[in-house]
Amino acid sequence: MTLLARLLLGLMLTVTAAAAFAADFPALPKARGGDCVAAAPVMRRDHADMLKHQRDDTLRRGIRGVKASLKDCVACHSTDGADAKPVPITAPGQFCQTCHAYVAAKPDCFECHATTTGAAP
Amino acid sequence: MIKTVYSEVKPYTRGWLALVGGLTAVILAALFAVHTMEHQGHWVTGMTNQVVWGMPHVFAVFLIVAASGALNVASMGSVFGREAYQPLARLSGLVAMALLAGGLAVLVLDLGRPDRLVVAMTHFNFKSIFAWNVILYSGFFAVIGIYMWTMMDWTARRFYKPAALAAFLWRLILTTGTGCIFGFLAAREAYGAAMMAPLFIAHSFAIGLAMFVLVLLVAYKMTRRPLSDELLGRLLRLLGLFVAANLYFMAALHLTQLYFAGRSGVEAFILWEGGTVTSLFWLGQVGLGGIMPLIIAFGGCGHAPRKRLTMASILVVAGGLAQIHVLIIGGQAWPLDLFPGMEVSSSFADGRIHAYTPTLLETLLGLGGVAISLLITVIGVTALRILPTDLAPSTPDRME
Amino acid sequence: MTEVSRRHLLLASGAVLITRAAQARAPGEAASPSQRWGLLIDTAKCDSGCTACIDGCKAEMGLTGHDRPLTDAQYIRKLTVKDPMDGNTHFLPVMCQHCAKPACVDVCPTGASMKRADGIVLVDRHICIGCRYCMMACPYKARSFTHEEQSGQKPHLPRGKGTVEGCTLCVHRIDAGGQPACVEACATKGKGAMLFGDLKDPGSTIARRVAAEATTRIRADLGLGPAVRYQGI
Repeated sequence: MTLLARLLLGLMLTVTAAAAFAADFPALPKARGGDCVAAAPVMRRDHADMLKHQRDDTLRRGIRGVKASLKDCVACHSTDGADAKPVPITAPGQFCQTCHAYVAAKPDCFECHATTTGAAP
Repeated sequence: MIKTVYSEVKPYTRGWLALVGGLTAVILAALFAVHTMEHQGHWVTGMTNQVVWGMPHVFAVFLIVAASGALNVASMGSVFGREAYQPLARLSGLVAMALLAGGLAVLVLDLGRPDRLVVAMTHFNFKSIFAWNVILYSGFFAVIGIYMWTMMDWTARRFYKPAALAAFLWRLILTTGTGCIFGFLAAREAYGAAMMAPLFIAHSFAIGLAMFVLVLLVAYKMTRRPLSDELLGRLLRLLGLFVAANLYFMAALHLTQLYFAGRSGVEAFILWEGGTVTSLFWLGQVGLGGIMPLIIAFGGCGHAPRKRLTMASILVVAGGLAQIHVLIIGGQAWPLDLFPGMEVSSSFADGRIHAYTPTLLETLLGLGGVAISLLITVIGVTALRILPTDLAPSTPDRME
Repeated sequence: MTEVSRRHLLLASGAVLITRAAQARAPGEAASPSQRWGLLIDTAKCDSGCTACIDGCKAEMGLTGHDRPLTDAQYIRKLTVKDPMDGNTHFLPVMCQHCAKPACVDVCPTGASMKRADGIVLVDRHICIGCRYCMMACPYKARSFTHEEQSGQKPHLPRGKGTVEGCTLCVHRIDAGGQPACVEACATKGKGAMLFGDLKDPGSTIARRVAAEATTRIRADLGLGPAVRYQGI
């Protein structure tokens, strides 16, 4: 009986450990700018909705210069490589790619949108 | 009144397996083509910024137009009360749905972003005839579904007449809508004509019946079910009538176009100087798809009705593909006229005839659509009681 | 001196107005139907060999191309128009005409093809499914289909495989108070054949010239109301 209990306990611990291992949040590159437009938990949950709302406002109504701008996201969160050239934000280890790979989501944004700030590489 | 007995087709016979295997192989090849096209982008096809709709659209429009026409056999029986066609109504409904599904599959898989099909289903611009067609096509499945149900379930029999009438009206509106996709294009000289709607309806009668007949003949041959020569002769005369109607509207369209001085250029291109387009028009559309079937149907041809009907149907299908090719490819090959009366040239191919050479990829996609339609038909007649066991009144086992 | 009187003084003096083409909108402000952006193109100043507007457009929009003229995107192109009666030849740039009643907007099944309040016709590539019906409907051949995967796009012009694209009248520049890249290139490297401005502002150079001089629109017979006007053709 005790043996069974130990086995079960061991199994539970293993599962928990595996879950804890899987839950390790990946390291993200540091942003260039200061504070984000909203707190991190809000951004994690709502950034897609914010961007979707803003894309219609900007493209269809011509509203510019407001809070949620994909261009600003890229400008702040992209990094420069060792050769001082901008690294695409969709490259492995970069801000957008890392988190979306972690949650297994494939954003459609960068089929069209620039992945670096400024001029094309 | 003799009761018609319907029965499923026996699956897993050698012929059934060969047919399903063959169709699946074509569909897999088409899916490979789609994967390549969508992964690489459309530059690997023959379609360009000049000829934006190509071979996939020829097949898709053919199948969609044929779909509404294939329903006519059912309508002849239930709306117009021709009893000889009533036993064929179930197959007619099934073939109509199958052809539409195949055509729509091709249309969707050729989109630049087929992954956004859900966008097309949730965002509607009601000024667009294309958006209306999305609704008409989806509704077609529902309307025929109900119609088939009233035919196959005795408890729903009282809805049979209204459902039949609804399906008939719906298909007329649907084909009008398909014709208007071209009819509403004012700037393209080959299109932009109200005549497109009745022409499409007449054409749908012809190619829809031809596709239906071919399915019927092959199904009855493969399952060794009897078909009476009387019925086949009747279908042949009906096909001849539809072919004549198509020829009439085609002639009316081109005469109108010729009469409009500004459109003589595009007419000369299609009727005289267009090379492949002109050959397809006269040999394919008019010759194979028009005059030959008329001779076979009404001329003094000594062959058995089955042989004549088979031949005429194959010719109508070939001519139908040619007709839609001439319309879609020929219509786009003729350049847009930005400055009427002037000679125009540019780096963007302005003012010159546009060539279109389809690649194997887009042709495979189109054939895949045909295979999807046929596979749905095979599965339908296997799973449901669609086919009458006997369509020859003289055979004694018809009586129960 | 008030704004109006200064303008009148300048007009009276016959001085060439160096107008600011547009005023940048405040952040959060939507495009207004009180404006109607348009172009006036003087074909007499458009030379045969000059490609300044086209080069300017390509550089601005990041249209690198793949050396495949039949499938590469062209937002602006130069037309050679020859009269077969007398052989006289003229040149003119053609881009999206930003119609008042755009055929592309009418036919688009999803509403991706759209007209902004200030008359700029755009493709909302977020909901474009790539059916190309707008390309069938446009009488000006103004649109291109993106035939291959894109990389290195400009941040102000997202573009990607499988959707339709075309001239945006450099909406990103207009919203920031500037003028289209082709107009700028024509002024600096060409002969200044292109004029940009607000057709609804009676005081703008373009509106005054359209009021005073005869201008034509390509295929005006179709009744689409293009915002691009031409002179000398």
